[in-house]
Amino acid sequence: MDDVVLPANLLPSYRQQSAPVRARFEALKAREVILTVSHLQKVFESQGKSTLALKDINFTTHRREFVCVVGPSGCGKSTLIRILAGLEEHTEGDVLLLGQPVAGPGSDRGMVFQGYTLFPWLTVKKNVMFGLTVNGHGKLESEREALQWLQLIGLEKFADAYPHQLSGGMKQRVAIVRALANQPRILLMDEPFGALDAQTRCRMQAHLLEIWRKIDITILFITHDLDEAIYLADRIIVLSAHPGEVQEVIEVPVARPRSMTQFVSPEFLATKARLEELIYIGRHEQPGEEESYPILGRQTHVTDNVE
Amino acid sequence: MAKSKLFRVLQPLTPRARLVIGILSFVLPVALWSIISYVPAVWHPQIMITDAGSVSYLDVGAHMTRDAFADEVAQAHAENRAPPRGVAANPVYLPSPGQVLKAFYTSFTTPPESKDGQWLHQSLWHSIQIIFWGFVISSIIGVPIGVLCGAYAAIARVNEPFIEFFRYLPAPAFGALAVAILGIYDGPKIAIIVIGTFFQQVLIIANTTRKLDPALLEAALTLGTRSRKLLTRVVIPGILPDLYRDQRILLGWAWTYLIVAELIGTTSGITWFITQQARYQHFPNVYAAIAMIGIIGLGTDMLLALAGRRMFPWDRQLTKTA
Repeated sequence: MDDVVLPANLLPSYRQQSAPVRARFEALKAREVILTVSHLQKVFESQGKSTLALKDINFTTHRREFVCVVGPSGCGKSTLIRILAGLEEHTEGDVLLLGQPVAGPGSDRGMVFQGYTLFPWLTVKKNVMFGLTVNGHGKLESEREALQWLQLIGLEKFADAYPHQLSGGMKQRVAIVRALANQPRILLMDEPFGALDAQTRCRMQAHLLEIWRKIDITILFITHDLDEAIYLADRIIVLSAHPGEVQEVIEVPVARPRSMTQFVSPEFLATKARLEELIYIGRHEQPGEEESYPILGRQTHVTDNVE
Repeated sequence: MAKSKLFRVLQPLTPRARLVIGILSFVLPVALWSIISYVPAVWHPQIMITDAGSVSYLDVGAHMTRDAFADEVAQAHAENRAPPRGVAANPVYLPSPGQVLKAFYTSFTTPPESKDGQWLHQSLWHSIQIIFWGFVISSIIGVPIGVLCGAYAAIARVNEPFIEFFRYLPAPAFGALAVAILGIYDGPKIAIIVIGTFFQQVLIIANTTRKLDPALLEAALTLGTRSRKLLTRVVIPGILPDLYRDQRILLGWAWTYLIVAELIGTTSGITWFITQQARYQHFPNVYAAIAMIGIIGLGTDMLLALAGRRMFPWDRQLTKTA
């Protein structure tokens, strides 16, 4: 990684915040705490061997905050979010939602998965109604609410279509409002746009910000795409791998409202440089964790060069 | 080029090729059968007598081997008697396609040989009822148990080892027992079909249930779904198209137990018809009756497949094939 030139001395520090950004963070931190994770530990036991997947994770999120979690592959991002959703149990520590410990999955925490996980046997409308009806809401009421949600994301025309008739982006939009229809306190998103093509992903990111702006929802978003994290997040939690530990919690100095044009702004680049430093260079401090690819012997004529 | 288009690994055929080759799958065996039946040079090991001549023991319509016939003819010539005449023929047990085709109609119009006997349509209806009740009884118990085994590991563990053992026991082996318990009429026959279907059914449906995408369960859990609703709102609707496909296959298996089942106690249904016709050497009727089982089975399956496509419009696998 010697050839990575970090223009660190040319960029402002990623810690440097403009006045409006600082004011925004102060206002944000004054809001009530939605999710508290303290001393969270996860040990996987398999074949008599125990692996420490997550080690002493601590953070809090405030109401209507947008938090992204990034980290190298194998850092336990997905394990973390699955624990928060209640799909997996943690070994030690606490997960508190509004001060109450979390036990098992529940409708107070919505989840959006990378695979769309829409119920293929239900129409789009009934998918959105699902959470409402299983939680005891009446059918008419659920239907009315579902249609409102679909209107919000502009998919009311597809209310009676089946998921397989939708594109990937549309499916994920439906999955987002299906989770939101339950009015959860926090929306957990596990690399939700990872399966989408680059163009759709950009549109989905903007769309998600739009939804987030309009609704009282706190979002915890997992991604391995650093641009995505900076573009979306208020704060970015950076995990390290083996074991998964919080390396740093970065307050993104990029002003809101966000737009794609900020991708080249100094704050954006400074934040990205810092993230790359943490994730890619930090990894080299633990040699042997990941096998390096072999250098191939030449298989072509010596004069036949492509670069 | 045509060949390379027909033989591509795991590639679907064009609709035209699909239709043509599908028809050929029936035409080819019938064509082979026709050649054997209608071309005298092919096989025809016997002679059917058309004129007994001076041979006193021969009747018109009787079959005899070519050698015996040649001997008779030679002997008649030597003694200056009228020789018998005949045509090359296949054994009576292999009627021609034409005869069998005719039997499809005539077997329905032939009155029963015995007074208390049944017409063909009555026999067939009786068989269909046996299959229906056997399959329904098996399904009423087997489908719920299968789904529960698939959904709950503990239920699977308490059922499956025993069922794995039991499914190796051939259903007809329980024939005598079934007669002792259920009498000689329809009871033991239905029981054999139930025994033959049930154990496979539980295992197959349990496996189908386990194949449900776990991500769908997780999604439902995070939406606040709890235990029993998880079963009724996610597991069952999620596996329904596959469960329906399983049931179609199992119904086919139930048919294969039919003949053995109907031989138990008093022979009944299509099996009774077939054995009666064979006894009187009405082989075209025997073949027609056997073919009817196939036609009823295939016909039912095609209807069920069609109904499945109506019932599960979201199931892409179902609408893609068949």
